[in-house]
Amino acid sequence: MVAALNAALRASLDRDSKVLLMGEDIAILGGVFRVTDGLVKDYGEQRVVDTPLAESTIIGAAVGLAMRGYRPVCEIQFDGFVFPAFDQIVTQVAKLRVRTDGQVAMPIVIRLPFGGGIGAVEHHSESPEAYFVHTPGLRVMAPATPADAFVMLQQAIASDDPVIFLEPKRRYWDRGEVDLAVDIAHATPMGRARVTRSGSDVTIACYGPMLRTCLEAADVAAGEGRSLEVIDLRSLSPIDFPTLVASVERTSRLVVVHEAQGMASVGAEIAAVVAERCFWSMEAPVIRVAGFHTPYPPNRLEQHYLPDVERILDAVDRSLAY
Amino acid sequence: MHTHGGNDFVQLLTPEGERRDHPDYPLDITGDEVRALYRDLVMMRRFDLEATALQRHGELGLFTPIIGQEAAQIGAGRAMRPGDFAYTSYREHGIAWCRGIEPLTLMGLFRGVTNGGWNPYEHNMSIYSIVIGDHVPHAVGYAMGIQRDGTDDVALAFFGDGATSQGDVHESFVFAAAFHSPVLFFLQNNHFAISVPVETQSRQQLVKRAEGYGIPGIRVDGNDVLASLAVTRAALKRIREGGGPMLIEAVTYRMGSHTTSDDPTRYRSNEHLEHWATRDPLERVLRLMEREGWADDAFMASLDDEANVMGATLRDGTRALTPPDPLTMFDHVYAEPHQQVTDDRAFLARYLQAAQSGDES
Ligand SMILES: Cc1ncc(C[n+]2csc(CCOP(=O)(O)OP(=O)(O)O)c2C)c(N)n1
Ligand SMILES: [Mg+2]
Repeated sequence: MVAALNAALRASLDRDSKVLLMGEDIAILGGVFRVTDGLVKDYGEQRVVDTPLAESTIIGAAVGLAMRGYRPVCEIQFDGFVFPAFDQIVTQVAKLRVRTDGQVAMPIVIRLPFGGGIGAVEHHSESPEAYFVHTPGLRVMAPATPADAFVMLQQAIASDDPVIFLEPKRRYWDRGEVDLAVDIAHATPMGRARVTRSGSDVTIACYGPMLRTCLEAADVAAGEGRSLEVIDLRSLSPIDFPTLVASVERTSRLVVVHEAQGMASVGAEIAAVVAERCFWSMEAPVIRVAGFHTPYPPNRLEQHYLPDVERILDAVDRSLAY
Repeated sequence: MHTHGGNDFVQLLTPEGERRDHPDYPLDITGDEVRALYRDLVMMRRFDLEATALQRHGELGLFTPIIGQEAAQIGAGRAMRPGDFAYTSYREHGIAWCRGIEPLTLMGLFRGVTNGGWNPYEHNMSIYSIVIGDHVPHAVGYAMGIQRDGTDDVALAFFGDGATSQGDVHESFVFAAAFHSPVLFFLQNNHFAISVPVETQSRQQLVKRAEGYGIPGIRVDGNDVLASLAVTRAALKRIREGGGPMLIEAVTYRMGSHTTSDDPTRYRSNEHLEHWATRDPLERVLRLMEREGWADDAFMASLDDEANVMGATLRDGTRALTPPDPLTMFDHVYAEPHQQVTDDRAFLARYLQAAQSGDES
């Protein structure tokens, strides 16, 4: 996936001379995950910028660059370090368009490696998506596969809206087919979910790092004679409810899976909307498999905190028991 | 390079191990006192080696090396009084050592069995702060509390050259100056924030920032434990006497990688490293001790023994640090009972129990 993201950045830098990258350690080091490896060499220091260590001004400066006609792609080194920039994101990036009656565009992408499962020290395994999904004016996207990482990052950069681009860091080393010749304009549109695996008994909705886990759960379930439909949401703002609702109307059951804490989460929103729209076709309440209401634990406990195949299957069992 | 590498700092012991006088920072020090400082330095260097090896062997997820910065930290740490309070980032093992925190205790965080590891009030040192700059305002607030209590304690904030770019750190200077608070900002300029050189954070010496905030600043040779000790002592004395906040910039060098996950060959030259190797913080103290006849065989052998014992304790102790019960992740989230925590804890308890009885059947 790292190589796919790198290729997407290259394609975007090639396509539009106004695209530029900013962040900590992204130039000479190529990023701590090497997503920007080699880019400063090929595109120069004006377009691939190692900034001082200050997230708030990485984003604040991106606002100014955007107003000057640039398309900044900012890297925040880890999920837990986005919060110094929170004010700029929710107060400025999200609102400048509406406050200026649409005069000012904010074509800013904020790349955020997110999620746990890599045995990191604290503040390196957070899933902060709900804060951003809650904020009108921001698009929030989370690819789950190298192919989607390649397409979606280019779409995010090409969009005139600001995008919080959540990269599932524990899937950075996943391999997968990527069609480098894909035409971005004709690929699956931004904001659209995808039915990754069709099934008939229970719908599983997930995104980012959890897609692989949910597909593994679906394999196990299939061995036990249960057919799971796995939907990769891809976009968390907007959420593609038509795709979700169509699936739930067929299966009558929904389990939502994410690493983020369950309280006031993406899963909570999905549960509410699906209950509103699918009430008469549901056989069971929406069940969430999510992080617990406690700060992300020390990494030797993370396997108990993170949703895994067993916990997903447990939820499937509970759904089917209705 | 010269901006940040220049020698215009307080130095009391040259890299060759020769004593220098300084009119403002005189230091009368006995042979035994120098030996005690040398012991601290040696133990920290050994700690670094052991922890790095433990990481390599898979016993730690990560480690943040201190190598090169021992003198800056030990000098400052030994200048503190028990009643003073330290806020640090994740590389301040030397400060932890001086605050009486066992080296093994530090391993918990890096092994991933805790997010803290010690009681801050027991050692008058808060837990390590990983988010850059976050803890610096805390030191200011603690100092504001000291002012209200009317004692002559001092709060210290330890942070790096990278941290000086963070808004929280700038705002801390503003608050401390506005309230004339008893806080010492101790900045270790180790020349890098991961791969980003200090030149990216500042075009001029970082110590010069202090003046703009109305705070006195001192630049000290951070590889000289005597200078670090003398300068920190003098600063603390002035602050205790009501002089208000101060900034010390300790000029040092991160000889190791940023963390054990980092590959510094991608961004820095050997030349730089070799230059700084000639300014090693331990070597110069050893030279002084040899010259003065303080490095007798008995002392050196006992130091070696002590380091070996610490190494063994670290190796065995780290391997014995097992993960806590999973349900402890719900402890201490709130002071008062909280419905969602209670519910989630009950869920996990039932789930683990069911999984266990499933395994047994
Ligand atoms: C707010 C925040 N942004 C980014 C990081 C990632 N990060 C960890 S250490 C570091 C560099 C810190 O440099 P410096 O302040 O000089 O301290 P040093 O590591 O050199 O001791 C960075 C960017 C972080 N921990 N916190
Ligand atoms: Mg530094």
